[in-house]
Amino acid sequence: MSKRAIDDSIEVERYELFAEPEYDFNFDVARRDFFKLLGGGLVMVFVLPAFAQESGQQGGRRAQGEATPKEVGGWLHIDEAGLVTVYTGKVEFGQNIRTSLSQAVAEELRVPISSIRMTMGDTDLTPYDMGTFGSMTTPRMAPQLRKAAIAAREALIELAAEHWKTDRASLTVADGKVISSRAKQSLEFGKLTKGQKLLKVISDAAAPAPASEWKIAGTSVAKVDGRSFVTGKHRYTSDIKREAMLFGKIVRPSSFNATLVSADTKEAEATAGVRVVRDGNFIGVTAPDARTAARAASMVKTEWKAEPQPSAKELFDYLRKQSTPPRQNAEQGSIAEGLARADKKLELTYTVAYIAHAPLEPRAAVAEWNAGKLTVWTGTQRPFGVRSELADAFHIPEERVRVIVPDTGAGYGGKHTGDASIEAARLAQAAGKPVKLVWTREEEFTWAYFRPAGVIDISSGVQNDGTITAWEFHNYNSGSSGIQHRYDIPNNRIVFHQTKSPLRQGSYRGLAATANHFAREVHLDELAHLVKMNPLEFRLKNLKDERLKAVLVAAAKAFGWDKAKTADRGFGISGGFEKGSYVATCVEIAVDRSSGKVKIVRAVTAFECGAIVNPDQLKNQVEGSVVMALGGAMFEAIDFDNGRISNGRFSRYRVPRFSDVPIIETVLVDRKDLPSAGAGETPIVGLAPAVGNAIFDATGIRLRSLPMTPNG
Amino acid sequence: MQRITELFVNGSRLRVDAASDRSLLSVLRDDLDLTGSKYGCGEGQCGACTVLIDGVATRSCVTSVGAAAGKKLTTIEALEQNGRLHPLQAAFLEADALQCGYCTPGMIMSGVALLSKNPNPNEQEIIRSMEGNVCRCGTYPRIVTAIRKAAQAMKGGGK
Repeated sequence: MSKRAIDDSIEVERYELFAEPEYDFNFDVARRDFFKLLGGGLVMVFVLPAFAQESGQQGGRRAQGEATPKEVGGWLHIDEAGLVTVYTGKVEFGQNIRTSLSQAVAEELRVPISSIRMTMGDTDLTPYDMGTFGSMTTPRMAPQLRKAAIAAREALIELAAEHWKTDRASLTVADGKVISSRAKQSLEFGKLTKGQKLLKVISDAAAPAPASEWKIAGTSVAKVDGRSFVTGKHRYTSDIKREAMLFGKIVRPSSFNATLVSADTKEAEATAGVRVVRDGNFIGVTAPDARTAARAASMVKTEWKAEPQPSAKELFDYLRKQSTPPRQNAEQGSIAEGLARADKKLELTYTVAYIAHAPLEPRAAVAEWNAGKLTVWTGTQRPFGVRSELADAFHIPEERVRVIVPDTGAGYGGKHTGDASIEAARLAQAAGKPVKLVWTREEEFTWAYFRPAGVIDISSGVQNDGTITAWEFHNYNSGSSGIQHRYDIPNNRIVFHQTKSPLRQGSYRGLAATANHFAREVHLDELAHLVKMNPLEFRLKNLKDERLKAVLVAAAKAFGWDKAKTADRGFGISGGFEKGSYVATCVEIAVDRSSGKVKIVRAVTAFECGAIVNPDQLKNQVEGSVVMALGGAMFEAIDFDNGRISNGRFSRYRVPRFSDVPIIETVLVDRKDLPSAGAGETPIVGLAPAVGNAIFDATGIRLRSLPMTPNG
Repeated sequence: MQRITELFVNGSRLRVDAASDRSLLSVLRDDLDLTGSKYGCGEGQCGACTVLIDGVATRSCVTSVGAAAGKKLTTIEALEQNGRLHPLQAAFLEADALQCGYCTPGMIMSGVALLSKNPNPNEQEIIRSMEGNVCRCGTYPRIVTAIRKAAQAMKGGGK
């Protein structure tokens, strides 16, 4: 099995990227090459100046069977009817980049949004891309596509100048046409190539338009293909049908880390149309319909062997005990000195539970083999990563694997791996027919991966005037995203401790920034109360970062932080920074004294991510982050016992619903002077600590574990 | 096992051949290729599979096709007519009440059922009625807005 090399920029908690493939098959499939075709018109290829920028995996497995050159950042094609097709390896999961990237191209190419089509996440048609995660689409992909569009625009002007035998300076571009003021004529883009196919490769282009001059970007363009979703026409992976397609079902182990000892498949195999496939620890069935497949799988009698495994009740002790010495344990300044100068000291522990992404569309894949070439439709955030996984699992070059990602029913960081793809492909290979595999909700809750649980110890010192003098922060397991604070503290030791996780864990929207902000921002609130300061003033006193100050002040102002509150209500505030953007959240909670139930009444989020690309869709992302954060803050937790998940269904695992949602207000701070940062993740980090602080404000009870009200 | 050979779906009588205990959702999706209704949980907890049976919002994943036979079934595919969106579909677009869109058909069908019973629901009535539908992207406030907009648009004899 190969170890995949990992880009240094990937946060350590993306554990799933380090994982060995689940299965190791042993097959030899005949080689077959394939070719790509593009029609007439203008093709503009943008080559990355610094080629390593967007391609994480150097050498190793990417060197062989390279199907797409990784130095290409994006390409676009303007056909003879003027239709612009943009090719990007990014994928659409509801974060709405199909729209925001269309805006970027439309802006620079000066065409209406309606003439742009985005071809996304197809490993045969789109340039290599590391994956759609880490809020990188807006800061990295959008500028690349802008440059391709600028270069295309310039090339079209050049063609028009030749056509009219005039100088370029007299030509302008608008609404999909080149316009000659001198000749008082215009020519549509599609006509300029005169039936030829022009291929141009560029590595740089003129600077994109500054945000202050944006006309299409910066506006609330509606979701570009919204109609196909509200009519039910859009085909997600699980909606795809192929000729002669069978349905697959995997026989799951009795617990995690189990080895298959024996399997009696006779009864299943006696069922008409059923085939059982066993390959090492892999055992699955195919059948002409989904129910027969499920029934046949349940007929397979298996015996599995597994060692005893830790359970949820011993989780936090386990994480601490299993930790390995950290790679860096450096101190800035001196903690001892900082504590010596403090008037008051605090030493406290915070914990976060494992939670599930629970995207409403469970993992699914449709796999089809044709003459040794494998095509898989699946909802993954890493189409090229899954192509590598498939090539690995089946011992074939990547060029004989095509992964196509239909716009997907969300992922939130949970769909990086190719589990369902590999399983479907293995079944399809055995059956000699296309196979669809759709995980059940229980499978999604069990065999996917979880947001890491974690233990965080903080030890700090503060002076009576509110100056923080020492900050020691140890995070066990949950990860290092957002672990560094923005406060002005002279003495720090901030350490991430890797440890053994009882459950398979990986990326989640915002990664560990949620855990680290929860611990930090609750702890700051505790310090503020210790020195009897207003929690907002306390933060501002210890801050020099103007952008963080700005969102804290903006949130507090919109919320009415200084206003009086009624009985049994509490106010809480938090602030944070991650992935280039800043967030501050104020919440108001109501406590029912008799039942002890807590209701979040109002949540005000101020968010700043540089120049805003699409204000309404950005608001939608902030609101969605608040709702999603609410689940992890209040009641979501994966319960497990000896290698089994105990609450792996929606009737046992509570997710936020309509009645949980507070009044959500969003203040967008538009910084047209700053580059746009991604925005789908960071707004999630502010809610939990603000709620915890509000609960303390109302009740005097300090909650230091997420979820805070597991039974509420 | 009794077999169901005909379903009355979206105004048409359609031939099927399904064991009567199969889920209505699987017959709609796999046999009739009406894939707008989604699988989300298989236990009637998320609402992604919501269809109307004689006008009542029903979780098709926990409804047997036998129980649906002979009744008037309406799925998301029937709402757009002659290229015109249902007012609630239009309101979803106007309010940007979706992100990944996977819950959207079920949300819209639940909303249509609500509006047919209560043409002018207040916010609390909407929340109570929609509580069984999950949106993991968290567009709930926008869905409430969309239902209220649609109620407005449907006033005065709209559909």
